[in-house]
Amino acid sequence: MQDKQLTVDEVVSHLRDGMTIGIGGWGSRRKPMALVRAILRSDLKDLTLVSYGGPDVGLLCAAGKLRKVVYGFVSLDSIPLDPHFRAARQRGELDVAEYDEGMVLAGLRAAAARLPFLPTRAGLGSDVMALNPELRTVRSPYADDEELVAMPALNLDVALVHMNRADRYGNGQYLGPDPYFDDLMCAAAETSFLSCERIVATEELTETAPPQSLLINRLHPQGVVETPHGAHFTSCVPDYGRDEAFQRHYVASAKPGQWKAFRAEFLDGDEADYQAAVERFHARAEVPA
Amino acid sequence: MTITRAEVCAVACADSFADAGTIIASPFGTIPSIGARLARLTSAPELLLSDGEAMLIAETTPLGEESTAAVEGWLPYGKVLDLLAGGKRRVMMGASQVDRFGNQNISRIGDWAQPKVQLIGVRGAPGNSVNHTTNYWIPNHSTKIFVESVDLVAGVGHDRARQVGAKYHDVQVVVTDLAVLDFQGPDGSMRLRSVHPGVSVDEVREKTGFELAVDEVTETRLPTDDELTLIRDRIDPKGLRDKEVPA
Repeated sequence: MQDKQLTVDEVVSHLRDGMTIGIGGWGSRRKPMALVRAILRSDLKDLTLVSYGGPDVGLLCAAGKLRKVVYGFVSLDSIPLDPHFRAARQRGELDVAEYDEGMVLAGLRAAAARLPFLPTRAGLGSDVMALNPELRTVRSPYADDEELVAMPALNLDVALVHMNRADRYGNGQYLGPDPYFDDLMCAAAETSFLSCERIVATEELTETAPPQSLLINRLHPQGVVETPHGAHFTSCVPDYGRDEAFQRHYVASAKPGQWKAFRAEFLDGDEADYQAAVERFHARAEVPA
Repeated sequence: MTITRAEVCAVACADSFADAGTIIASPFGTIPSIGARLARLTSAPELLLSDGEAMLIAETTPLGEESTAAVEGWLPYGKVLDLLAGGKRRVMMGASQVDRFGNQNISRIGDWAQPKVQLIGVRGAPGNSVNHTTNYWIPNHSTKIFVESVDLVAGVGHDRARQVGAKYHDVQVVVTDLAVLDFQGPDGSMRLRSVHPGVSVDEVREKTGFELAVDEVTETRLPTDDELTLIRDRIDPKGLRDKEVPA
């Protein structure tokens, strides 16, 4: 079997300008943040992002990487709104497709099944239809004659997801309470890349967790990256919870004049530099001022 | 101890779940969370409640504490989105704006291409409002929120639902820090059902940015002794409710 281990930067070298990228997780939960940070360091541009949005959207907005975002919401969970996404929207520089959460799900399912659309009630009567004038409805051919939204397939060039564990062949495992939509993101994508907290031997995957936790199998991912704390500062339970102090710092640093310093301290180096800077941040926070 | 406004609101929220039967209750915000829990302990024992993430909890646990209650089910986000299409759910959502027909906005204020204020996005509001009973909770009743016309329709109101033939649309009440409003006015428009003790009809009218239907307004009922004990001692011993609706 093919060993698919890569580094975060090797993953990014497979991405191209203008691609449509699906990012897994949900809000500020189990986001592939190390891969996002690697995109921030790259020259990539004009990306279209499909996401149940969190700080992945915010950071990519802050770095000017996005042409368009497709989402149902953008939230940091414990903090309702992401400052960079808001700022980009309020400057009028970001193209968006805003859908109901269930419409995003229907669009990913359509793509995964190679269908042009799936019918759904979500969206009917709301302004989602007017905001996305390309949307069409479809009428039931049966006696009910019901009119429904024909949610178009959200076909992805690439999916990026973060798992708790994986083997080097691309079998991925989540150990937290919720799989989110990571398997569907991979299935909706031309190809996908999986980062994880720890790469283990295949037989180790099911030693302590049931086989149902094997969310992603090696059909999909083209590459696997071991990147401990790779979802930081989002949650990646049971390995770690959200880093609330750091998330607050991220939000506070979005104020004009402060972002440059945040970027220099945390984002300009490589992933190891980031993790070391986060450790220094916490050591500093523990010392009373 | 005198009964607080927050406690009156919590009971009004509980009453919005009273006839729900065996469905998932999805309350957003502190007071609706107290309301759903209170309903399960009193009028609606068959309600299913989550821990705020993916677990359905068998016991009705206090707010703001790590739950150690027995888990009776698993409901990750994907299952929520599938289940809501089947209708076995009742939500109480927040709103940045609501109009006279119950159209709700949580997405943005201002122009779409360049919003004055970008908010969270439509979230599940379009799907919730056309699939199952959807109610709203407004902790700060004002003309900023109760507007003639919302900037964007996320949650679908009665006029829009009629236009598209949304057969499962069911927006029943809006509970606020001042009053309980329903949609029994002309053509499914908003009507003042009851004012909370100490609130006048005129105050509600002044703080509502459109003409409310007003016929026989009652006073919102007070919590029973049993309900007060449940709220104070069991559901919200930390008094988180007072942060959402100050006494």
